[in-house]
Amino acid sequence: MDYKYKGWEGFEHGTWIREINVRSFIRHNYTPYDGNDEFLESATEDTNKLWAQVCELSKKEIEAGGVLEMDTDIISTITSHGPGYLNKDIEKIVGFQTDKPFKRAFQPYGGIRTAEKAVTDRGLSIDPKIKEFFTIHRKTHNAGVFDAYTPEMRACRSSHIITGLPDAYGRGRIIGDYRRVALYGVDRLIEDKIEQKETTRTAMYSEVIREREELAEQIRALQELKKMALSYGFDISEPARDTKEAIQWLYFGYLAAIKEQNGAAMSLGRTSTFLDIYSERDLREGKYTEREIQEMVDHFVMKLRLVKFARTPEYNALFSGDPQWVTEAIGGVAIDGRHMVTKMSYRYLHTLNNLGASPEPNLTVLWSVNLPMNFKRYCAKMSIESSSIQYENDDLMRFTHGDDYAIACCVSSMRVGKEMQFFGARANLAKCLLYAINGGKDEISRKQVGPEFQPITSEYLDYDEVMKKFDAMMRWLAEVYVNTLNVIHYMHDKYCYEKLQMALHDKQVTRWFATGIAGLSVVADSLSAIKYAKVKVIRDETGLAVDYEVEGDFPKYGNDDDRVDSIATDIVHIFMEHIRKNHTYRNSIPTTSILTITSNVVYGKATGATPDGRKAGEAFAPGANPMHRRDTNGAVASLASVAKLPFKDAQDGISNTFSIIPGALGKEDQMFAGDIDVDIDCGNGACFEPTLFDGLDFDEE
Amino acid sequence: MYGKIHSIESFGTVDGPGIRFVVFLQGCPLRCQYCHNPDTWNTEGGTLYSPEELIWQFRKNKAFYTHGGITVTGGEPLMQINFLIEFFRLAKQQGIHTCIDTSGVTYREGDKKLDELMKYTDLVMLDIKHINSQEHKKLTGVQNENILAFARYLDSKKIPVWIRHVVVPGITDDEDSLYELGQFIASVHNVRMVDVLPYHTLGISKYKELGIEYPLKDIPPMTKEGAAEAKKVIGRGYKNFRKQK
Repeated sequence: MDYKYKGWEGFEHGTWIREINVRSFIRHNYTPYDGNDEFLESATEDTNKLWAQVCELSKKEIEAGGVLEMDTDIISTITSHGPGYLNKDIEKIVGFQTDKPFKRAFQPYGGIRTAEKAVTDRGLSIDPKIKEFFTIHRKTHNAGVFDAYTPEMRACRSSHIITGLPDAYGRGRIIGDYRRVALYGVDRLIEDKIEQKETTRTAMYSEVIREREELAEQIRALQELKKMALSYGFDISEPARDTKEAIQWLYFGYLAAIKEQNGAAMSLGRTSTFLDIYSERDLREGKYTEREIQEMVDHFVMKLRLVKFARTPEYNALFSGDPQWVTEAIGGVAIDGRHMVTKMSYRYLHTLNNLGASPEPNLTVLWSVNLPMNFKRYCAKMSIESSSIQYENDDLMRFTHGDDYAIACCVSSMRVGKEMQFFGARANLAKCLLYAINGGKDEISRKQVGPEFQPITSEYLDYDEVMKKFDAMMRWLAEVYVNTLNVIHYMHDKYCYEKLQMALHDKQVTRWFATGIAGLSVVADSLSAIKYAKVKVIRDETGLAVDYEVEGDFPKYGNDDDRVDSIATDIVHIFMEHIRKNHTYRNSIPTTSILTITSNVVYGKATGATPDGRKAGEAFAPGANPMHRRDTNGAVASLASVAKLPFKDAQDGISNTFSIIPGALGKEDQMFAGDIDVDIDCGNGACFEPTLFDGLDFDEE
Repeated sequence: MYGKIHSIESFGTVDGPGIRFVVFLQGCPLRCQYCHNPDTWNTEGGTLYSPEELIWQFRKNKAFYTHGGITVTGGEPLMQINFLIEFFRLAKQQGIHTCIDTSGVTYREGDKKLDELMKYTDLVMLDIKHINSQEHKKLTGVQNENILAFARYLDSKKIPVWIRHVVVPGITDDEDSLYELGQFIASVHNVRMVDVLPYHTLGISKYKELGIEYPLKDIPPMTKEGAAEAKKVIGRGYKNFRKQK
């Protein structure tokens, strides 16, 4: 077969040749790998040298209080900085956000105040001309949002019943299909976008005008991407020709995105099986050895570990650290039934050995019962060794998103290049329940934030009365919440548009309108306490309910007890139905998530005492977790409660943070690894394999 | 019929093969000095569960227990043998792997009920606390003859057994006893695994809560290495016994 491009020689042809379609390329070309991890190569001398340099810089950064260097007078764009290196002579994959590693860029389009604060909190100051420019001459996303907010939205925001909103910083959560850069080269992508622009409708109403303007922006971004790559000495107008180029082209795509956007989660996508096609070809042709390929992967992952943004201490408090959410989805199963584990899946996880454990990039295994046993064992082993792997249920998500979706942030699934998300933070349902009891009055500020309903005045709470009021309050909250997000996303598109990331999407993009729930387990347990025990209200002198006394025991979420688990399930469904009643920006499809992995502490702090016995200010449980120490029947029962939550009503994801001491996983790594094959069809003790155990292993001395 | 249940652990990974649904039964006649579950001693109390309820709890999440099953422990589970017979009979009807974690202290020769229970039992985890009967009495309050007889009974029934032995510094770690324990294990033929556990002090807080004085408060926890060393001595006893045969 004669191909237009040299980079495509040796590949199986398919629809991907005629149209931009990475999934078709993968389907026709990838090689599932059933073997074990024995082929993997350890770190090279160059890798160790570079990593030592990184560790040294990291140490200095920590000593300097968390930031080593920061731009104060250059506005970050795709082409704002010249090339940056760790050690040009030995880096196999290159590129930094600024002209040197560990130097954070200045990204003001989300909001000048937040961007400035990130700088001033480090004892530096920004160029006054830049400040003037973004205050007077050029509006930011943040300024736009506050022009349009209603007083009610502001009140909800400051009382933290809606919280973590991306109204002063980049929303993130969009994954460009960075693989397209490698597979097609930038020229072909520009051609495609030009054609899209030429075929828009010609009647100029606002949607068409916006579409044409956005496409023009996208084309410009792609041209800048080429220019940026050229500054590193690479011409990426044509498709990548081998593994090294494929990784480099792909990384340039991602790098351009993070130079342009400081988003709340800047995830990578699903790249390992795509890249494996190149490495299989190179191994076959003898172009690179396994050792060389692992080295490229190690250097690539090293770059992903060095993604850094300028952020305020408040932001870091909200997210408990300085996370970037460079999430990469690995594995999963294809629609045709083949698993999608390749040697490259192993190589990615193997970086946890070669470079040591790390939370970034957020390596996420798309778990399925049909993954090969060798890979499951390897994952179990690497999890035990590194505690750095995230798992998500591919069998659940494949049903909705097919076999080429990836994860943004921690759980938000979307088809790469075909779907995007409007990130929407979360509504504090625990506080909403207190508003229902207090007639819309905030239990901490005492301000009338919600609608002025009749508060509950009885000494003991009555389940039916509380539920009725809570339902009405959720309806109100859903409405103001969705409309707040409508404002935010309108302004983000207008003033802080993700032009490079959207250039790596199809023309017709499905948009998810993500909302979120915080405090679910607090609400479930509170309602259970009201229903199954007696909850006495403690009121202050103004009649405001400020505390609760629980008399008697009640079923607690997290013990596989349907009496309370069904309450949690109902609440998710009811709230989601209220969300669905509202208009959502750009015809996006509303979803919700239950995933406050780290911000649960901050949300808890802003919420008064709740009827489950939780004291004022006490942290919520993370995500969909049961409240701390209330799950008393062990992990399976706890997980079973969480698993009952309906995915159809929480399609943006349900997260459960689960830590366990290695000893509790059995006496040998082998024990857990051997039992990890949760197979619903088999389902009983008949499959017991006694050979997995050491038996009478009295060793000779 | 109901059992008195102290608690349930839905993710047991150390009480038998695979991931197990572990039922802690309330009540124990022993007062082992190092017991880490003193809250299970009292035969009063606990929550009542029927065998059907427990099987239902298990079945709801059976996918987790593919290579595992149900383990009853306690407390001393054999104190509620009527309940166990019914519980395990139901479990075996459904092909669930069953395991009893016991001290064997309730054993009486010719116990028909025990014969019945063994029909539904796939594995016994037998805790031999001390091979020397006098030392056993000091440690637990009773002598060990019954327990050793129980081990031989299981041998005659060909019930697979895992032996557990906790190594406590200065109490169960003398070489002669360990060696002798190895010889005893070699004298029966149904032992599939020997698990030598280092003594730990994680149970002490429970004693405080219950207002009971902790008997071993001056004894430090056993190191992992010490337990491995003890296992070697048991192994020597085992091998020499087998060689002589």
